Amino acid sequence: MTEPIRSPERPRVALFELASCAGCQLQILNCEDELVDLLQLVEFVYFKEAMTETSDHYDLALIEGSVTRESDEEKLRHIREKAALVVTLGSCAYPVGVPGLKNAHDPDEVGSLVYGEDAGFFPTIEAKPVDAVIPVDLHILGCPIHKDDFMRVLTALLIGKHPPVPTHAVCVECRLKENVCAFDRGLVCLGPITRAGCGALCPSYGSRCFGCRGLCDDPNVASMEVLLEEKGKTAEEIMAEYGLYNGYYARRDGGLKAKVAR
Amino acid sequence: MTGNGGSNGGAGGARTVEVNVDYVSRVEGHGNIVVVAENDLPTEVRFEVTEPPRFFEAMLRGRPYDQAPLITSRICGICSNGHVLASITAMEATLGITPTRQTKLLRRLLMHGETIQSHVLHAYFLVAPDFFDVGSVVPLAGTHPEVVKRALRLKKLGNDLCEVVGGRAVHQVAAVVGGFTHLPTPEALTAVRTRLVEAGGDLQETVTLFASLDMPAFSRPTEYLSLTYGEAGGDEAGGGEAYAFFGDHILSSEGGTIPVSDYRDKVRERVVAHSSAKHCAPGDGTATDTFMVGALARLNNGFDRLSDGAKAAAADLGFQPTCTNTFMNTVAQLIETVHCVEDSVMIIDRLLDEGLKAEPPEVEIRAGRGAGAVEVPRGTLYHEYAVDDAGLIVEANLIIPTGQNLANLEQDMWALAPQVLPQGKEKAQKAMEMLVRAYDPCISCSTHVIYLDGEGNESAGDDAGHSHRADHQGTGASGPEEVTA
Repeated sequence: MTEPIRSPERPRVALFELASCAGCQLQILNCEDELVDLLQLVEFVYFKEAMTETSDHYDLALIEGSVTRESDEEKLRHIREKAALVVTLGSCAYPVGVPGLKNAHDPDEVGSLVYGEDAGFFPTIEAKPVDAVIPVDLHILGCPIHKDDFMRVLTALLIGKHPPVPTHAVCVECRLKENVCAFDRGLVCLGPITRAGCGALCPSYGSRCFGCRGLCDDPNVASMEVLLEEKGKTAEEIMAEYGLYNGYYARRDGGLKAKVAR
Repeated sequence: MTGNGGSNGGAGGARTVEVNVDYVSRVEGHGNIVVVAENDLPTEVRFEVTEPPRFFEAMLRGRPYDQAPLITSRICGICSNGHVLASITAMEATLGITPTRQTKLLRRLLMHGETIQSHVLHAYFLVAPDFFDVGSVVPLAGTHPEVVKRALRLKKLGNDLCEVVGGRAVHQVAAVVGGFTHLPTPEALTAVRTRLVEAGGDLQETVTLFASLDMPAFSRPTEYLSLTYGEAGGDEAGGGEAYAFFGDHILSSEGGTIPVSDYRDKVRERVVAHSSAKHCAPGDGTATDTFMVGALARLNNGFDRLSDGAKAAAADLGFQPTCTNTFMNTVAQLIETVHCVEDSVMIIDRLLDEGLKAEPPEVEIRAGRGAGAVEVPRGTLYHEYAVDDAGLIVEANLIIPTGQNLANLEQDMWALAPQVLPQGKEKAQKAMEMLVRAYDPCISCSTHVIYLDGEGNESAGDDAGHSHRADHQGTGASGPEEVTA
């Protein structure tokens, strides 16, 4: 699905932000050791947080953030028309991340709780991932993205390769690090079903996996069921955790619930 | 050019000028400047925030207490650690937890790392291009490679300090309610200490560079707020007289302190129609009676507590408290950067000297309510929570520094406009943009926004801001529409 960037010389890159914390674009600026070289290889033509110049002509569109307004959808369709490649950055853009938490609440209540009687000034819609609105060529995952992952993907695109996307679960990376299992520490962990690529950072730091990278390919549901039973955890507990980052797909297609809680 | 709109009109009589900047660049998030003037006197001034509203206070409801730092840090990638620490502080107040001395020291180190990276990013990447008359740092990489490389080295140092303590620079994973789930190794602390010491040369060159830039002349006295400790020795980790990045009281430049738990008496939010970020005013809530938070406020309120190197940097940069020139906020940030580097070395020495010991976080869940605050790069950040006896969040209130500064920014814009409008539209526009940038606004952060009470019927800003009318330079001009009054 991913095509090499067509522009032969210096691809023009635009970075767009929807509802997000801007942490993923900050991760690009945090590539301190590579940034000067990177600017030789690509030309940033739209990056509001870092530059004044703007352009509507670009080869690669990087999109950070969730869709939370109808105007965001128009913006995305415009970007899709202009860009040869659309790559999303981070969990807000896919699978929906923290902005998707509001989907668990009545939208009117959400507005009035925050803005009171003035909620009408600030219309909002269900938070959606970018690929719910336009086709996306590639997702760079994580909350935030890892800067090495960003450089890896960009390098692959520049030389016309398909960037590698892990198909296995965080659990695999966690085992390789010989961590004590979060379930054995009494926690609920989404590592068994979440796509790898983060190096199991959170469980390695004494925490657990919150599923920020979305489901892995073919999550091993049978094994998850056995694990839950063994550890005395319920499907409801998993779903509550799953909703933290996956509050869009979790509410559709039966998603994980159909798989885990069947 | 980001400017659009604007017209020179007014046949014969008044000359009307509009200075509009749609989507100010080199700030975090989406904000627009609107200034309308007649005969060089402003008649309309607005800083519009059009960032998508994000409803964090609503989203927190029903989530477990320990996810509050994780969720609220996603308000802002730049000050994510600040949100983590404000959230932890408030949640510990809610649950009656007192952090250990080691935890306090590690938290201060984590905060310093973030302050260093944020201040350096702002001064070099967002502000400096204005003085070199370029649109971004990108052309500077060609014309002034040493400057850009130095900026990147310092920024990386701040980020790496965060990574040593928290596991990664953006959205750290080690600091939690009750303490830390992972401790840095002595080797990692020693290595980063060496780099902190070696950064002295880069810091000195930074001071020299910014001392050579002419900050625009401007003065508008306002109230400055920052954190402090209520009693000497309150900050056991810092010896009681630490420069106030943490604290349990709010200190006003106009005298007096109040406990952080009473923050609603001092910092009131109100909704204005042109901004998805709420505005804030001090207790009496008139629009002209605004206040400022951030590096300039902290320096004005706590200059004596700076490290020696930071005081020397202040002398080189020509900074003296009380400074009422908002543009000097960037200079204040650089002085703080020096302080953070020096204080970090001191903290690491203490940690290594005393030896790091495992202190597994202990939390006993109970129903409660509590508020906490920390000084993040852009100013005082307040979090307040109420949790039920299952540890689920039932209410949350978050007050972000940029939101607190917006009303003050608009008052500065009123004051700056007559000063720069006679220089022509283009210069006026640039001056206005530079003023906005001086605040280092974090607009995504500010559009979270307020929770009201359980019924959603009492805005914390309800009795604030009956008047948003500003009376400037005798024009009797009207400020932005106030919608809550």
